[in-house]
Amino acid sequence: MTSTSDSSAEQAAASGPMLAADGTPLKKSIARALRMQKLRALALIAPLLIFILVTFIAPIADMLFRSVENQIVSTTLPRTITTLEGWDGSAGEAPGEDVFAALYYDMFVAAEAKEHTKLGTRLNYEQTGISSLFRKSGRKLDDLGKDYQKPFEKAAKDLGDGAAFHALMTGTGPSDSALLESTRARLEALTGDSMAGEIGFAPGAEISALLPLTAAAYADFAVFTARVDGDAPADEDPWEAVYTALAHDLATPGTIEKIASYTGPGAELLQAAADVAPSLPDYRAFFEDVDEDWLDVANWSTIQTYAPNYTSGYFLNAIDMQKTPDGTALRDDDERIYIMLFKRTMFMSLVITFSCILLGYPVAWLLANLPMRTANLLMILVLLPFWTSLLVRTSAWKVMLQQQGVINDVLVWLGLVEDTARLIMINNQLGTIIAMTHILLPFMILPLYSVMQTIPPTYLRAAKSLGATNWTAFWRVYFPQSIPGIGAGSILVFILAIGYYITPEIVGGTTGTFISNRIAYHISSSLNWGLGAALGAILLAAVLLLYWCYDQIVGIDNVKLGG
Amino acid sequence: MKLTTALLATSALVVSAGVASAQSMTIVSWGGAYSASQKNAYHDPYSEKTGVEIINDDSSAEAVAKLRAMNEAGNVTWDVVDVVGADAIRLCDEGLAMEIDHDEVLAAAPDGTSASDDFGDLIVSDCFVPQIVYSTTFGYRTDMVPAGVEAPNDICDVFDLETYPGKRALEKRPINNMEWALLCSGVAKEDVYDVLETEDGIAMALAKLDTIKDQTIWWSAGADTPQLLADGEIFMGSTYNGRLFSLIEEQGQPVGMMWDAQVFDLDGWIVPTGLSEERTKQAMDYLFFATDTQRLADQAKYISYGPARASSAPLVGKHASLGIDMAPHMPTDPANAANTFLFNYEWWADYRDDLDAKFQAWLAQ
Repeated sequence: MTSTSDSSAEQAAASGPMLAADGTPLKKSIARALRMQKLRALALIAPLLIFILVTFIAPIADMLFRSVENQIVSTTLPRTITTLEGWDGSAGEAPGEDVFAALYYDMFVAAEAKEHTKLGTRLNYEQTGISSLFRKSGRKLDDLGKDYQKPFEKAAKDLGDGAAFHALMTGTGPSDSALLESTRARLEALTGDSMAGEIGFAPGAEISALLPLTAAAYADFAVFTARVDGDAPADEDPWEAVYTALAHDLATPGTIEKIASYTGPGAELLQAAADVAPSLPDYRAFFEDVDEDWLDVANWSTIQTYAPNYTSGYFLNAIDMQKTPDGTALRDDDERIYIMLFKRTMFMSLVITFSCILLGYPVAWLLANLPMRTANLLMILVLLPFWTSLLVRTSAWKVMLQQQGVINDVLVWLGLVEDTARLIMINNQLGTIIAMTHILLPFMILPLYSVMQTIPPTYLRAAKSLGATNWTAFWRVYFPQSIPGIGAGSILVFILAIGYYITPEIVGGTTGTFISNRIAYHISSSLNWGLGAALGAILLAAVLLLYWCYDQIVGIDNVKLGG
Repeated sequence: MKLTTALLATSALVVSAGVASAQSMTIVSWGGAYSASQKNAYHDPYSEKTGVEIINDDSSAEAVAKLRAMNEAGNVTWDVVDVVGADAIRLCDEGLAMEIDHDEVLAAAPDGTSASDDFGDLIVSDCFVPQIVYSTTFGYRTDMVPAGVEAPNDICDVFDLETYPGKRALEKRPINNMEWALLCSGVAKEDVYDVLETEDGIAMALAKLDTIKDQTIWWSAGADTPQLLADGEIFMGSTYNGRLFSLIEEQGQPVGMMWDAQVFDLDGWIVPTGLSEERTKQAMDYLFFATDTQRLADQAKYISYGPARASSAPLVGKHASLGIDMAPHMPTDPANAANTFLFNYEWWADYRDDLDAKFQAWLAQ
């Protein structure tokens, strides 16, 4: 049996592939024709596809991407992060002098670019107090450099002159292009603007080897001045940080001896500076002086923990956890809120969906079965609130439900409720459920109505004529046929409910608010867009998951939005 | 041929529209009575003087988020924005607001005092031009004060449910509430922020708020408390003093002011970064006009907020339509300012996120 099929396959292989009229293999030719067809179809929907991509998918993807994005730490403090790698916070000691030195030069550039406060705000989400620490330090950075600049200028006035310093740092002979390129790249990452183009400065290789820190600090100054401020570096006085770096270089053992034999431009200036014999800058003491929180291990641990370009920190935060130096941990009891809010949002959206089914089903049935003229009138009543502003409807519920409101007044007047024991129906879960059920009701009624319209009334009559009671006829014959409408309405109402935030904010008090209220807070008020994006991503994932479950259980083919 | 003409005509229209828009500027503020007071005191006189059309946008509540989004999109459509002091600091931190040299841009006082001296400490950020001092304080229903008890006049009366039964309204955020709670837990005024930095201090404040939690409606819009007071839903509630002024004096509701431990806050202008040179110049020209001594005093004719310049205070006159003296309704009036609290910007910038998380978790419990 197997041998015959084997041999027929061999035969086919021996005779070669079937060819089309033009000699190409038929398979290929068909594939090409199909591809052309697909491309043509794609071209037809391309405008719509591109429109959706550009205006809908891309912005959402961009926003959600912020939930993991964290480049700000490494672009603002690149050298600090590198030197901090070897530091271990568990010893309880603040990092060493080299980290503080790197921090000083990183901060100086960042403060010139006004980026340091952004980083302070970012890190303050994780560790309270960093915001003002960065803001305060940014203001005082000039002080350290000024302390060194003065004696240098006293020794040789030209040391404070932009052009003379420019000549000194340019030197003669080959230039250190590697330094310039790395400076460009770093500033590009910091400011987000292109740093390419003419700078009007190239650090001399000889001077850069002799005074490495000064050359780096001056390169920062030159690139920034030329590309961001748009001025020629030679016309501007160098930053204070350049003098700190010069002092640092001069105080490094061996430099002064080498300067004695240096003969490039500005050699006499350099000699004069060397004669000042400055002390080695004590960066750590400087930062401690600005704010002793710089010696706090917790602050440095935060910087180290959030150094990577991508972080799971926002997502952890969104599920009431946090990153610590020892891995992830649950937040303190008094800070946990998001899980509870997610559960509450799901639960209340379900309650609202069921209330909509309960209230909407009879209305839809009436709409479908009343004579046309009455049904139309009823339809207008259903649609009327639909055309009224959401805020107006929500505020109207406030007037109705509050303790001195219409419903309570009527109940008191009827004597059903004591004047001193008026019902609390708003600023809690009940308020949110009532108001949102009302607002979302049309989304349930309309799909139900359009499905019910297609159910022939003869079926019910047939069931009854065969001896079914009213209830049996409804439950066994009518109801199963209306399920697709319930399905469509439920999906619409549930998904809309899960993302509501204006109504819960107004009538929900503290127990009736949703996760969307926190998302709105983080987007528009606290500006923690990363956390807002993480919460939004989780909500989106939850909706997709529920949708999938729904498809598995009910089947999405069973959902009908219309006849 | 025809198409070209049509195109040319359209582009000519676009160009002329562009020229026209240079003669208009968008000013963002809070809306309602406050924007109306600015329109009367600043916008209308400025338009009359220069012919520049001013477009109002009531988006100040979301100004920080919207400015950030505009900046990222590279299309800033606002020229001058009215924000509270805390937001000005944040916008400055984020590089979204321009730094302003106050003495260079703004008018000096009539007696020659420089602008920066005239505004004094109220310049809380380099990007901020102060405009008014407002306060968050309490209003209460005079007809709901129990018989035989004097009207509430102490901040701790808010926490005293026995003497003053009835619902309260407090803002749905930790700022101000935590300070008041600590003041009434026996913490001295000058120690409040030191205590609030500790876990115990936060617990103490929340414990105090716990005593009135189930009697409190938490508001998020400044209009909520006046509405709740007018409906008789609450006995007393916190809100901005200008809102209470209009509730009491303009609408004649039976509501009284309780000025004790009112919290001063600032509101003022910022100019967004990323404007063209021409628009920046225009914005600065507006600021020069709108924040001089006389204009700031003029605004107090329409709303009961204190002008931010020291030199404006003596010029504050009568309400434009009610004809009542405005000075006694200013939060800065000595009789009202016997016991005040100054909003600590620097401190809240650091602790806002942390405390808000704890406060919201507490609220949701």
